[in-house]
Amino acid sequence: MQITPLGDCAVLIRVAENFDEAPEQALQKVIAAHRRLGAAKIPGVIELAPAYTTIALFYDPVRAIDGGAPAENVPDWLEHKIREALAGSDSRGADYVKNSVVEIPICYDPEFGFDLDEVAQHAELSPNEVIDLYAAGNYRVHCVGFIGGFPFLGGLPSKLATPRRETPRKEIPAGSVGIGGKQTGIYPVKSPGGWNIIGRTPLRLFDPQKNPPGLLRAGDQVRFRAISREEFERSVT
Amino acid sequence: MKATAIRAGFLTSVQDLGRAGLREFGVSPGGALDPHALRVANLLVGNKEPAAGLEITFGGLRIRFADDRVIAWCGGDFEACIGSMRLASGHAALVQSGEDFSIESPAIGCRAWLAISGGIDVPVFLGSRATDLKAGFGGMNGRAIRDGEQLLLGENSERSKTLAETLRTGRIASWKPPHNWSNPAQPEPVLRFIRGSDADHCTAEAMKTFSRSGFFVSPDSDRMGVRLDGPRLERTSEKDLLSEAVAPGTVQVPPNGRPILLLNDCQTIGGYPKLAHVITFDLPIAAQLRPADTVRFSEVTLLEAHRVLCERERDLQQFRGGIEWHLK
Repeated sequence: MQITPLGDCAVLIRVAENFDEAPEQALQKVIAAHRRLGAAKIPGVIELAPAYTTIALFYDPVRAIDGGAPAENVPDWLEHKIREALAGSDSRGADYVKNSVVEIPICYDPEFGFDLDEVAQHAELSPNEVIDLYAAGNYRVHCVGFIGGFPFLGGLPSKLATPRRETPRKEIPAGSVGIGGKQTGIYPVKSPGGWNIIGRTPLRLFDPQKNPPGLLRAGDQVRFRAISREEFERSVT
Repeated sequence: MKATAIRAGFLTSVQDLGRAGLREFGVSPGGALDPHALRVANLLVGNKEPAAGLEITFGGLRIRFADDRVIAWCGGDFEACIGSMRLASGHAALVQSGEDFSIESPAIGCRAWLAISGGIDVPVFLGSRATDLKAGFGGMNGRAIRDGEQLLLGENSERSKTLAETLRTGRIASWKPPHNWSNPAQPEPVLRFIRGSDADHCTAEAMKTFSRSGFFVSPDSDRMGVRLDGPRLERTSEKDLLSEAVAPGTVQVPPNGRPILLLNDCQTIGGYPKLAHVITFDLPIAAQLRPADTVRFSEVTLLEAHRVLCERERDLQQFRGGIEWHLK
Protein backbone atom coordinates (compact mmCIF):
# COMPACT_ATOMS: atom_id res chain seq x y z
CA MET A 1 0.00 0.00 0.00
CA GLN A 2 1.37 3.34 -1.08
CA ILE A 3 0.48 6.66 0.57
CA THR A 4 1.49 9.82 -1.29
CA PRO A 5 0.64 13.49 -0.69
CA LEU A 6 -2.05 14.96 -2.93
CA GLY A 7 -1.11 18.50 -2.02
CA ASP A 8 -0.92 19.66 1.60
CA CYS A 9 -4.50 18.79 2.59
CA ALA A 10 -4.96 15.31 1.12
CA VAL A 11 -3.17 12.00 0.62
CA LEU A 12 -3.73 9.39 -2.05
CA ILE A 13 -3.85 5.86 -0.69
CA ARG A 14 -3.22 3.20 -3.33
CA VAL A 15 -4.79 0.00 -2.00
CA ALA A 16 -4.65 -2.09 -5.19
CA GLU A 17 -2.45 -2.42 -8.26
CA ASN A 18 -3.27 -3.80 -11.70
CA PHE A 19 -6.79 -2.57 -12.16
CA ASP A 20 -7.10 -3.92 -15.70
CA GLU A 21 -6.29 -7.53 -14.78
CA ALA A 22 -8.47 -7.68 -11.68
CA PRO A 23 -10.99 -4.84 -11.52
CA GLU A 24 -13.35 -6.69 -9.14
CA GLN A 25 -10.60 -7.38 -6.58
CA ALA A 26 -9.39 -3.79 -6.82
CA LEU A 27 -12.90 -2.52 -6.18
CA GLN A 28 -13.39 -4.87 -3.23
CA LYS A 29 -10.14 -3.65 -1.66
CA VAL A 30 -11.08 -0.01 -2.20
CA ILE A 31 -14.55 -0.47 -0.68
CA ALA A 32 -13.15 -2.34 2.32
CA ALA A 33 -10.48 0.31 2.92
CA HIS A 34 -13.06 3.08 2.49
CA ARG A 35 -15.21 1.56 5.25
CA ARG A 36 -12.28 1.01 7.59
CA LEU A 37 -10.95 4.54 7.14
CA GLY A 38 -14.42 5.95 7.71
CA ALA A 39 -14.84 3.91 10.89
CA ALA A 40 -11.39 4.95 12.19
CA LYS A 41 -12.56 8.59 12.62
CA ILE A 42 -9.04 9.97 12.33
CA PRO A 43 -8.98 13.53 13.75
CA GLY A 44 -8.87 16.21 11.07
CA VAL A 45 -10.18 14.00 8.26
CA ILE A 46 -12.77 15.79 6.14
CA GLU A 47 -13.71 13.21 3.56
CA LEU A 48 -12.78 10.09 1.61
CA ALA A 49 -12.99 9.83 -2.16
CA PRO A 50 -12.61 6.35 -3.72
CA ALA A 51 -11.69 5.80 -7.38
CA TYR A 52 -10.61 2.54 -9.09
CA THR A 53 -7.51 1.58 -7.08
CA THR A 54 -7.16 4.54 -4.74
CA ILE A 55 -8.84 6.39 -1.93
CA ALA A 56 -8.09 10.06 -1.47
CA LEU A 57 -8.25 11.16 2.15
CA PHE A 58 -8.81 14.90 2.57
CA TYR A 59 -7.77 16.46 5.86
CA ASP A 60 -7.31 19.78 7.60
CA PRO A 61 -3.84 19.90 9.19
CA VAL A 62 -5.02 22.50 11.72
CA ARG A 63 -7.84 20.25 12.93
CA ALA A 64 -5.48 17.24 12.92
CA ILE A 65 -3.16 19.12 15.30
CA ASP A 66 -6.13 20.09 17.49
CA GLY A 67 -7.00 16.37 17.51
CA GLY A 68 -3.58 15.28 18.73
CA ALA A 69 -1.22 15.31 15.73
CA PRO A 70 2.24 16.74 16.49
CA ALA A 71 2.40 20.28 15.09
CA GLU A 72 5.85 19.72 13.59
CA ASN A 73 4.92 16.58 11.68
CA VAL A 74 1.33 15.95 10.67
CA PRO A 75 2.19 13.75 7.61
CA ASP A 76 3.98 10.99 9.54
CA TRP A 77 1.28 10.95 12.21
CA LEU A 78 -1.44 10.74 9.54
CA GLU A 79 0.31 7.94 7.65
CA HIS A 80 0.64 5.98 10.87
CA LYS A 81 -3.09 6.46 11.62
CA ILE A 82 -4.02 5.33 8.11
CA ARG A 83 -1.81 2.21 8.26
CA GLU A 84 -3.23 1.41 11.69
CA ALA A 85 -6.80 1.70 10.37
CA LEU A 86 -6.05 -0.53 7.40
CA ALA A 87 -3.84 -3.08 9.17
CA GLY A 88 -4.97 -6.62 8.56
CA SER A 89 -7.69 -5.67 6.11
CA ASP A 90 -8.59 -8.52 3.84
CA SER A 91 -10.97 -7.96 0.97
CA ARG A 92 -12.15 -11.60 0.95
CA GLY A 93 -12.66 -12.04 4.66
CA ALA A 94 -14.41 -10.07 7.35
CA ASP A 95 -14.40 -6.88 5.28
CA TYR A 96 -16.61 -8.34 2.59
CA VAL A 97 -19.73 -6.22 2.47
CA LYS A 98 -22.48 -6.73 -0.01
CA ASN A 99 -23.22 -3.49 -1.78
CA SER A 100 -26.66 -2.51 -2.94
CA VAL A 101 -27.99 -3.54 -6.33
CA VAL A 102 -29.59 -0.75 -8.33
CA GLU A 103 -31.77 -1.47 -11.34
CA ILE A 104 -31.68 1.15 -14.05
CA PRO A 105 -34.27 1.18 -16.85
CA ILE A 106 -32.97 2.14 -20.28
CA CYS A 107 -34.85 3.02 -23.43
CA TYR A 108 -32.85 2.21 -26.58
CA ASP A 109 -35.09 4.21 -28.97
CA PRO A 110 -32.90 5.41 -31.91
CA GLU A 111 -33.69 9.01 -30.97
CA PHE A 112 -32.03 8.43 -27.58
CA GLY A 113 -29.35 5.93 -28.59
CA PHE A 114 -27.95 7.92 -31.46
CA ASP A 115 -24.66 5.97 -31.55
CA LEU A 116 -26.19 2.49 -31.18
CA ASP A 117 -25.63 1.69 -34.87
CA GLU A 118 -21.97 2.66 -34.66
CA VAL A 119 -21.43 0.55 -31.56
CA ALA A 120 -23.16 -2.35 -33.34
CA GLN A 121 -20.96 -1.94 -36.43
CA HIS A 122 -17.83 -1.82 -34.28
CA ALA A 123 -18.88 -4.99 -32.45
CA GLU A 124 -20.04 -6.63 -35.71
CA LEU A 125 -23.44 -7.26 -34.18
CA SER A 126 -26.99 -6.09 -34.87
CA PRO A 127 -28.34 -3.25 -32.67
CA ASN A 128 -30.69 -5.75 -30.96
CA GLU A 129 -27.78 -8.06 -30.19
CA VAL A 130 -25.94 -5.10 -28.66
CA ILE A 131 -28.95 -4.33 -26.45
CA ASP A 132 -29.24 -7.97 -25.31
CA LEU A 133 -25.51 -8.28 -24.64
CA TYR A 134 -25.47 -4.95 -22.80
CA ALA A 135 -28.43 -5.94 -20.61
CA ALA A 136 -26.76 -9.27 -19.74
CA GLY A 137 -23.77 -7.52 -18.16
CA ASN A 138 -23.18 -7.38 -14.43
CA TYR A 139 -21.91 -3.91 -13.69
CA ARG A 140 -20.28 -2.26 -10.71
CA VAL A 141 -19.56 1.37 -9.98
CA HIS A 142 -15.79 1.92 -9.77
CA CYS A 143 -15.91 5.64 -9.34
CA VAL A 144 -18.30 8.60 -9.43
CA GLY A 145 -16.95 11.81 -10.84
CA PHE A 146 -16.20 13.90 -13.94
CA ILE A 147 -19.42 15.73 -13.12
CA GLY A 148 -21.72 15.29 -10.14
CA GLY A 149 -23.29 11.84 -10.13
CA PHE A 150 -21.55 10.43 -13.22
CA PRO A 151 -20.93 6.70 -12.53
CA PHE A 152 -18.02 4.94 -14.19
CA LEU A 153 -19.16 1.31 -14.53
CA GLY A 154 -16.97 -1.73 -14.98
CA GLY A 155 -18.23 -5.04 -16.30
CA LEU A 156 -18.98 -4.08 -19.91
CA PRO A 157 -18.92 -7.24 -22.09
CA SER A 158 -15.57 -6.90 -23.89
CA LYS A 159 -17.20 -7.26 -27.31
CA LEU A 160 -19.00 -3.96 -26.72
CA ALA A 161 -15.87 -1.92 -25.92
CA THR A 162 -15.90 1.02 -28.36
CA PRO A 163 -13.33 3.82 -28.51
CA ARG A 164 -14.46 7.29 -27.50
CA ARG A 165 -15.59 9.53 -30.35
CA GLU A 166 -12.80 11.49 -31.97
CA THR A 167 -14.65 14.76 -31.57
CA PRO A 168 -16.61 15.04 -28.32
CA ARG A 169 -20.21 16.28 -28.64
CA LYS A 170 -20.96 19.71 -27.23
CA GLU A 171 -24.14 18.51 -25.60
CA ILE A 172 -25.24 15.10 -24.40
CA PRO A 173 -28.77 15.00 -22.89
CA ALA A 174 -29.23 14.09 -19.22
CA GLY A 175 -29.79 10.36 -18.66
CA SER A 176 -27.80 9.32 -21.75
CA VAL A 177 -26.13 5.93 -21.41
CA GLY A 178 -22.74 5.76 -23.08
CA ILE A 179 -19.81 3.49 -23.84
CA GLY A 180 -16.30 4.92 -23.65
CA GLY A 181 -13.58 2.36 -24.29
CA LYS A 182 -14.00 -0.52 -21.84
CA GLN A 183 -16.24 1.49 -19.55
CA THR A 184 -19.86 2.44 -19.56
CA GLY A 185 -21.61 5.24 -17.75
CA ILE A 186 -24.59 7.56 -17.57
CA TYR A 187 -24.59 11.34 -18.03
CA PRO A 188 -26.52 12.63 -14.99
CA VAL A 189 -27.02 16.12 -16.39
CA LYS A 190 -26.77 17.71 -19.83
CA SER A 191 -23.07 18.08 -20.57
CA PRO A 192 -20.42 17.82 -23.27
CA GLY A 193 -19.01 14.33 -23.76
CA GLY A 194 -17.17 11.94 -26.05
CA TRP A 195 -18.79 8.60 -25.26
CA ASN A 196 -20.95 6.59 -27.67
CA ILE A 197 -24.58 6.98 -26.65
CA ILE A 198 -26.72 3.84 -26.88
CA GLY A 199 -29.84 4.77 -24.89
CA ARG A 200 -31.36 6.90 -22.15
CA THR A 201 -32.70 6.34 -18.64
CA PRO A 202 -35.63 8.30 -17.22
CA LEU A 203 -34.07 8.05 -13.74
CA ARG A 204 -32.50 11.10 -12.18
CA LEU A 205 -28.92 10.20 -11.20
CA PHE A 206 -28.07 13.50 -9.55
CA ASP A 207 -30.32 15.78 -7.53
CA PRO A 208 -28.70 18.56 -5.46
CA GLN A 209 -31.99 18.94 -3.51
CA LYS A 210 -31.37 15.52 -1.96
CA ASN A 211 -28.62 14.42 0.37
CA PRO A 212 -26.95 12.20 -0.70
CA PRO A 213 -27.36 13.84 -4.10
CA GLY A 214 -26.29 10.83 -6.17
CA LEU A 215 -28.21 7.64 -6.97
CA LEU A 216 -25.01 5.59 -7.15
CA ARG A 217 -21.76 5.33 -5.25
CA ALA A 218 -18.57 3.32 -5.70
CA GLY A 219 -19.16 -0.35 -5.01
CA ASP A 220 -22.84 -0.43 -6.04
CA GLN A 221 -23.95 -3.15 -8.45
CA VAL A 222 -25.98 -2.04 -11.44
CA ARG A 223 -28.38 -4.02 -13.59
CA PHE A 224 -29.97 -2.58 -16.71
CA ARG A 225 -33.52 -3.28 -17.83
CA ALA A 226 -34.72 -2.43 -21.33
CA ILE A 227 -37.91 -0.35 -21.45
CA SER A 228 -40.16 0.86 -24.27
CA ARG A 229 -40.51 4.46 -25.37
CA GLU A 230 -43.98 4.49 -23.71
CA GLU A 231 -42.59 3.35 -20.38
CA PHE A 232 -39.80 5.93 -20.68
CA GLU A 233 -42.28 8.77 -21.24
CA ARG A 234 -44.43 7.54 -18.32
CA SER A 235 -41.42 7.42 -15.96
CA VAL A 236 -39.99 10.85 -16.75
CA THR A 237 -40.63 13.12 -13.82
CA MET B 1 -34.38 42.95 3.59
CA LYS B 2 -33.01 42.98 0.09
CA ALA B 3 -30.13 44.62 -1.71
CA THR B 4 -30.31 45.23 -5.44
CA ALA B 5 -27.52 44.56 -7.90
CA ILE B 6 -28.05 47.65 -10.06
CA ARG B 7 -25.19 46.36 -12.21
CA ALA B 8 -24.10 42.76 -11.68
CA GLY B 9 -20.62 43.12 -13.18
CA PHE B 10 -18.69 40.68 -15.35
CA LEU B 11 -19.10 37.61 -13.15
CA THR B 12 -20.48 37.99 -9.65
CA SER B 13 -21.67 34.91 -7.78
CA VAL B 14 -22.84 34.03 -4.28
CA GLN B 15 -20.12 32.04 -2.53
CA ASP B 16 -19.43 30.73 0.96
CA LEU B 17 -16.85 28.21 2.13
CA GLY B 18 -18.22 25.52 -0.18
CA ARG B 19 -19.39 21.93 0.20
CA ALA B 20 -17.18 19.32 1.80
CA GLY B 21 -17.84 15.61 1.99
CA LEU B 22 -19.46 15.10 -1.41
CA ARG B 23 -16.50 14.19 -3.60
CA GLU B 24 -17.59 10.56 -3.63
CA PHE B 25 -20.65 11.78 -5.56
CA GLY B 26 -18.51 13.82 -7.91
CA VAL B 27 -19.39 17.17 -6.32
CA SER B 28 -16.43 19.54 -6.17
CA PRO B 29 -15.95 21.64 -3.01
CA GLY B 30 -16.47 24.96 -4.83
CA GLY B 31 -16.91 28.02 -2.63
CA ALA B 32 -14.90 31.25 -2.54
CA LEU B 33 -11.62 30.86 -4.44
CA ASP B 34 -10.00 32.70 -1.53
CA PRO B 35 -11.81 31.26 1.49
CA HIS B 36 -9.45 33.09 3.83
CA ALA B 37 -10.43 36.47 2.33
CA LEU B 38 -14.13 35.68 2.74
CA ARG B 39 -13.61 34.55 6.35
CA VAL B 40 -11.73 37.76 7.16
CA ALA B 41 -14.36 39.94 5.44
CA ASN B 42 -17.13 38.14 7.34
CA LEU B 43 -15.36 38.64 10.68
CA LEU B 44 -14.95 42.33 9.86
CA VAL B 45 -18.72 42.83 9.48
CA GLY B 46 -19.71 40.76 12.51
CA ASN B 47 -20.80 37.64 10.56
CA LYS B 48 -19.90 34.05 11.22
CA GLU B 49 -16.94 33.09 9.03
CA PRO B 50 -18.85 30.73 6.68
CA ALA B 51 -21.58 33.29 5.85
CA ALA B 52 -22.33 33.71 2.14
CA GLY B 53 -20.95 36.78 0.39
CA LEU B 54 -20.30 37.83 -3.18
CA GLU B 55 -17.35 36.77 -5.28
CA ILE B 56 -16.73 39.58 -7.75
CA THR B 57 -14.65 38.97 -10.87
CA PHE B 58 -13.12 42.02 -12.63
CA GLY B 59 -15.50 44.40 -10.85
CA GLY B 60 -18.39 46.16 -12.54
CA LEU B 61 -20.70 45.57 -9.57
CA ARG B 62 -22.97 48.28 -8.19
CA ILE B 63 -25.21 47.20 -5.35
CA ARG B 64 -27.87 49.34 -3.62
CA PHE B 65 -28.87 48.76 -0.01
CA ALA B 66 -32.39 49.11 1.35
CA ASP B 67 -31.33 49.23 5.01
CA ASP B 68 -28.22 49.86 7.11
CA ARG B 69 -25.55 47.22 6.75
CA VAL B 70 -21.91 46.80 7.65
CA ILE B 71 -19.81 45.71 4.68
CA ALA B 72 -16.16 44.87 4.02
CA TRP B 73 -14.31 43.47 1.07
CA CYS B 74 -10.97 41.72 0.53
CA GLY B 75 -9.25 40.78 -2.72
CA GLY B 76 -7.34 42.33 -5.63
CA ASP B 77 -6.32 45.94 -6.10
CA PHE B 78 -9.81 47.30 -6.88
CA GLU B 79 -11.33 50.80 -6.73
CA ALA B 80 -14.30 50.52 -4.42
CA CYS B 81 -16.67 53.23 -3.14
CA ILE B 82 -19.74 53.77 -1.01
CA GLY B 83 -21.40 56.57 -2.94
CA SER B 84 -18.40 58.80 -3.68
CA MET B 85 -16.52 57.80 -0.51
CA ARG B 86 -13.58 55.53 -1.25
CA LEU B 87 -13.49 52.21 0.63
CA ALA B 88 -10.14 50.41 0.78
CA SER B 89 -9.98 46.64 1.20
CA GLY B 90 -10.10 45.23 4.71
CA HIS B 91 -11.97 48.12 6.35
CA ALA B 92 -15.44 47.57 7.78
CA ALA B 93 -17.82 50.35 6.75
CA LEU B 94 -21.42 51.33 7.34
CA VAL B 95 -23.69 51.64 4.30
CA GLN B 96 -26.98 53.35 4.90
CA SER B 97 -30.34 52.70 3.36
CA GLY B 98 -30.39 53.94 -0.26
CA GLU B 99 -26.61 54.03 -0.66
CA ASP B 100 -24.64 52.20 -3.35
CA PHE B 101 -21.47 50.19 -3.07
CA SER B 102 -19.53 49.94 -6.32
CA ILE B 103 -16.31 48.18 -7.22
CA GLU B 104 -14.36 48.72 -10.43
CA SER B 105 -11.27 47.96 -12.51
CA PRO B 106 -8.58 46.16 -10.54
CA ALA B 107 -5.02 47.40 -11.13
CA ILE B 108 -3.65 44.05 -9.95
CA GLY B 109 -5.60 40.84 -9.45
CA CYS B 110 -9.10 40.05 -10.66
CA ARG B 111 -11.30 38.88 -7.77
CA ALA B 112 -12.78 40.38 -4.63
CA TRP B 113 -15.04 39.02 -1.88
CA LEU B 114 -17.70 41.26 -0.41
CA ALA B 115 -19.16 40.42 2.99
CA ILE B 116 -22.46 42.03 4.00
CA SER B 117 -23.63 41.88 7.62
CA GLY B 118 -26.39 39.29 7.91
CA GLY B 119 -24.98 37.39 4.94
CA ILE B 120 -26.74 36.59 1.67
CA ASP B 121 -29.71 34.39 2.33
CA VAL B 122 -30.11 32.14 -0.69
CA PRO B 123 -31.37 28.54 -0.21
CA VAL B 124 -28.90 25.98 1.09
CA PHE B 125 -28.08 23.08 -1.25
CA LEU B 126 -26.04 20.19 0.14
CA GLY B 127 -24.99 22.19 3.16
CA SER B 128 -23.85 25.33 1.35
CA ARG B 129 -25.11 28.51 -0.30
CA ALA B 130 -22.21 28.53 -2.79
CA THR B 131 -23.02 28.76 -6.49
CA ASP B 132 -21.86 25.70 -8.41
CA LEU B 133 -21.68 27.41 -11.81
CA LYS B 134 -20.66 24.21 -13.61
CA ALA B 135 -23.42 21.98 -12.26
CA GLY B 136 -25.91 24.87 -12.13
CA PHE B 137 -27.18 24.77 -8.55
CA GLY B 138 -26.74 26.78 -5.36
CA GLY B 139 -26.40 30.55 -5.00
CA MET B 140 -28.74 32.56 -7.21
CA ASN B 141 -30.48 29.78 -9.17
CA GLY B 142 -27.16 28.10 -9.91
CA ARG B 143 -25.82 30.99 -11.97
CA ALA B 144 -24.10 34.36 -11.79
CA ILE B 145 -26.00 37.41 -10.51
CA ARG B 146 -27.84 39.40 -13.21
CA ASP B 147 -28.40 43.14 -13.60
CA GLY B 148 -31.26 44.39 -11.46
CA GLU B 149 -31.54 41.24 -9.41
CA GLN B 150 -32.45 41.42 -5.71
CA LEU B 151 -30.45 39.61 -3.07
CA LEU B 152 -32.17 38.57 0.13
CA LEU B 153 -30.04 39.40 3.17
CA GLY B 154 -30.08 37.71 6.58
CA GLU B 155 -30.71 39.45 9.89
CA ASN B 156 -27.90 41.61 11.31
CA SER B 157 -26.28 39.85 14.27
CA GLU B 158 -25.98 41.62 17.65
CA ARG B 159 -22.31 42.07 16.88
CA SER B 160 -23.08 43.67 13.50
CA LYS B 161 -25.56 46.02 15.18
CA THR B 162 -22.92 47.08 17.73
CA LEU B 163 -20.45 47.56 14.90
CA ALA B 164 -22.96 49.65 12.92
CA GLU B 165 -23.41 51.96 15.93
CA THR B 166 -19.66 52.45 16.38
CA LEU B 167 -19.40 53.32 12.67
CA ARG B 168 -22.36 55.74 12.73
CA THR B 169 -20.12 58.84 12.80
CA GLY B 170 -16.84 57.81 11.17
CA ARG B 171 -18.50 55.43 8.66
CA ILE B 172 -15.26 53.56 7.91
CA ALA B 173 -13.32 51.62 10.55
CA SER B 174 -9.71 52.69 10.92
CA TRP B 175 -8.39 49.24 11.84
CA LYS B 176 -7.79 46.49 9.33
CA PRO B 177 -6.22 43.05 9.07
CA PRO B 178 -2.69 42.44 7.69
CA HIS B 179 -2.31 43.74 4.13
CA ASN B 180 -1.69 40.31 2.56
CA TRP B 181 -5.04 39.14 4.00
CA SER B 182 -7.11 41.98 2.64
CA ASN B 183 -5.16 42.29 -0.60
CA PRO B 184 -3.44 39.04 -1.56
CA ALA B 185 -2.87 39.94 -5.23
CA GLN B 186 0.76 40.16 -6.35
CA PRO B 187 2.32 41.24 -9.64
CA GLU B 188 4.29 38.32 -11.15
CA PRO B 189 3.78 36.05 -8.14
CA VAL B 190 5.84 32.99 -7.27
CA LEU B 191 3.57 30.18 -6.12
CA ARG B 192 5.05 27.54 -3.85
CA PHE B 193 4.39 23.90 -4.64
CA ILE B 194 5.10 20.44 -3.38
CA ARG B 195 6.10 17.73 -5.84
CA GLY B 196 3.24 15.73 -7.36
CA SER B 197 2.85 11.97 -7.10
CA ASP B 198 3.04 11.56 -10.89
CA ALA B 199 6.12 13.75 -11.38
CA ASP B 200 7.84 10.67 -12.84
CA HIS B 201 5.26 10.61 -15.65
CA CYS B 202 6.83 13.82 -16.87
CA THR B 203 10.45 14.15 -17.97
CA ALA B 204 13.07 15.41 -15.48
CA GLU B 205 13.42 18.37 -17.83
CA ALA B 206 9.69 19.15 -17.38
CA MET B 207 10.08 19.53 -13.60
CA LYS B 208 13.12 21.80 -14.09
CA THR B 209 11.24 23.88 -16.66
CA PHE B 210 8.23 24.13 -14.35
CA SER B 211 10.26 25.46 -11.45
CA ARG B 212 12.54 27.76 -13.47
CA SER B 213 10.41 29.31 -16.18
CA GLY B 214 7.74 31.95 -16.20
CA PHE B 215 4.29 30.93 -17.43
CA PHE B 216 1.52 33.10 -18.84
CA VAL B 217 -2.07 32.82 -17.73
CA SER B 218 -4.26 31.81 -20.67
CA PRO B 219 -7.60 33.58 -21.36
CA ASP B 220 -9.49 30.26 -21.11
CA SER B 221 -8.87 30.14 -17.34
CA ASP B 222 -11.86 30.12 -15.00
CA ARG B 223 -12.99 28.90 -11.56
CA MET B 224 -12.15 25.33 -12.61
CA GLY B 225 -8.52 26.07 -13.29
CA VAL B 226 -5.78 28.43 -14.40
CA ARG B 227 -4.49 27.30 -17.79
CA LEU B 228 -0.88 28.17 -18.44
CA ASP B 229 0.97 29.00 -21.64
CA GLY B 230 4.73 28.90 -21.87
CA PRO B 231 7.36 26.26 -22.38
CA ARG B 232 5.80 22.87 -23.14
CA LEU B 233 6.17 20.29 -20.37
CA GLU B 234 7.06 16.92 -21.87
CA ARG B 235 5.50 13.74 -20.55
CA THR B 236 7.20 10.36 -20.66
CA SER B 237 4.04 8.83 -22.09
CA GLU B 238 1.09 10.14 -24.10
CA LYS B 239 -1.16 7.70 -22.27
CA ASP B 240 -3.25 9.08 -19.44
CA LEU B 241 -3.45 7.36 -16.05
CA LEU B 242 -6.33 5.59 -14.37
CA SER B 243 -8.49 8.39 -12.94
CA GLU B 244 -7.94 9.27 -9.31
CA ALA B 245 -8.70 12.20 -7.07
CA VAL B 246 -7.41 15.68 -7.85
CA ALA B 247 -7.76 18.75 -5.63
CA PRO B 248 -7.58 22.53 -5.84
CA GLY B 249 -3.88 23.30 -6.22
CA THR B 250 -3.12 20.23 -8.33
CA VAL B 251 -1.05 21.03 -11.44
CA GLN B 252 -1.98 18.59 -14.21
CA VAL B 253 -0.11 18.07 -17.44
CA PRO B 254 -2.40 17.12 -20.35
CA PRO B 255 -0.90 15.59 -23.54
CA ASN B 256 -0.43 19.04 -25.11
CA GLY B 257 2.13 19.86 -22.39
CA ARG B 258 0.34 23.01 -21.20
CA PRO B 259 -0.11 22.71 -17.42
CA ILE B 260 -3.42 23.42 -15.70
CA LEU B 261 -3.51 24.64 -12.09
CA LEU B 262 -6.82 23.40 -10.68
CA LEU B 263 -9.05 25.67 -8.58
CA ASN B 264 -12.15 25.02 -6.44
CA ASP B 265 -14.61 24.14 -9.22
CA CYS B 266 -12.29 21.48 -10.69
CA GLN B 267 -13.48 17.96 -11.38
CA THR B 268 -13.13 15.58 -8.47
CA ILE B 269 -11.08 13.06 -10.46
CA GLY B 270 -8.61 13.25 -13.31
CA GLY B 271 -6.31 11.07 -15.36
CA TYR B 272 -3.61 13.55 -16.38
CA PRO B 273 -0.25 13.22 -14.58
CA LYS B 274 -0.07 15.40 -11.47
CA LEU B 275 3.27 17.19 -11.69
CA ALA B 276 2.88 19.40 -8.62
CA HIS B 277 0.47 20.79 -6.04
CA VAL B 278 0.44 24.51 -5.24
CA ILE B 279 0.24 24.86 -1.46
CA THR B 280 -3.10 25.83 0.07
CA PHE B 281 -1.59 28.97 1.59
CA ASP B 282 -0.77 30.31 -1.89
CA LEU B 283 -4.08 29.48 -3.62
CA PRO B 284 -5.52 32.94 -2.79
CA ILE B 285 -2.66 34.43 -4.82
CA ALA B 286 -3.45 32.03 -7.68
CA ALA B 287 -7.11 33.12 -7.50
CA GLN B 288 -5.99 36.65 -8.43
CA LEU B 289 -4.22 35.62 -11.66
CA ARG B 290 -5.67 37.11 -14.79
CA PRO B 291 -5.06 36.47 -18.49
CA ALA B 292 -1.53 37.42 -19.66
CA ASP B 293 -0.19 37.62 -16.07
CA THR B 294 3.18 35.96 -15.49
CA VAL B 295 3.48 33.36 -12.76
CA ARG B 296 6.40 31.29 -11.48
CA PHE B 297 6.63 28.24 -9.26
CA SER B 298 9.05 27.27 -6.51
CA GLU B 299 9.29 23.97 -4.63
CA VAL B 300 8.87 23.71 -0.84
CA THR B 301 8.43 20.78 1.52
CA LEU B 302 5.10 19.49 2.77
CA LEU B 303 6.12 20.38 6.32
CA GLU B 304 6.74 23.98 5.24
CA ALA B 305 3.32 24.06 3.56
CA HIS B 306 1.71 22.91 6.81
CA ARG B 307 3.76 25.33 8.89
CA VAL B 308 2.62 28.43 7.01
CA LEU B 309 -0.99 27.26 6.88
CA CYS B 310 -1.14 26.56 10.63
CA GLU B 311 0.59 29.84 11.43
CA ARG B 312 -1.97 31.81 9.43
CA GLU B 313 -4.78 29.93 11.15
CA ARG B 314 -3.35 30.87 14.56
CA ASP B 315 -3.07 34.49 13.42
CA LEU B 316 -6.69 34.38 12.26
CA GLN B 317 -7.76 33.06 15.67
CA GLN B 318 -6.00 36.01 17.31
CA PHE B 319 -7.63 38.38 14.87
CA ARG B 320 -11.04 36.86 15.68
CA GLY B 321 -10.32 37.32 19.39
CA GLY B 322 -9.27 40.92 18.77
CA ILE B 323 -12.52 41.73 16.97
CA GLU B 324 -14.59 40.11 19.71
CA TRP B 325 -12.76 42.18 22.32
CA HIS B 326 -13.17 45.34 20.24
CA LEU B 327 -16.94 44.85 19.98
CA LYS B 328 -17.56 44.06 23.64
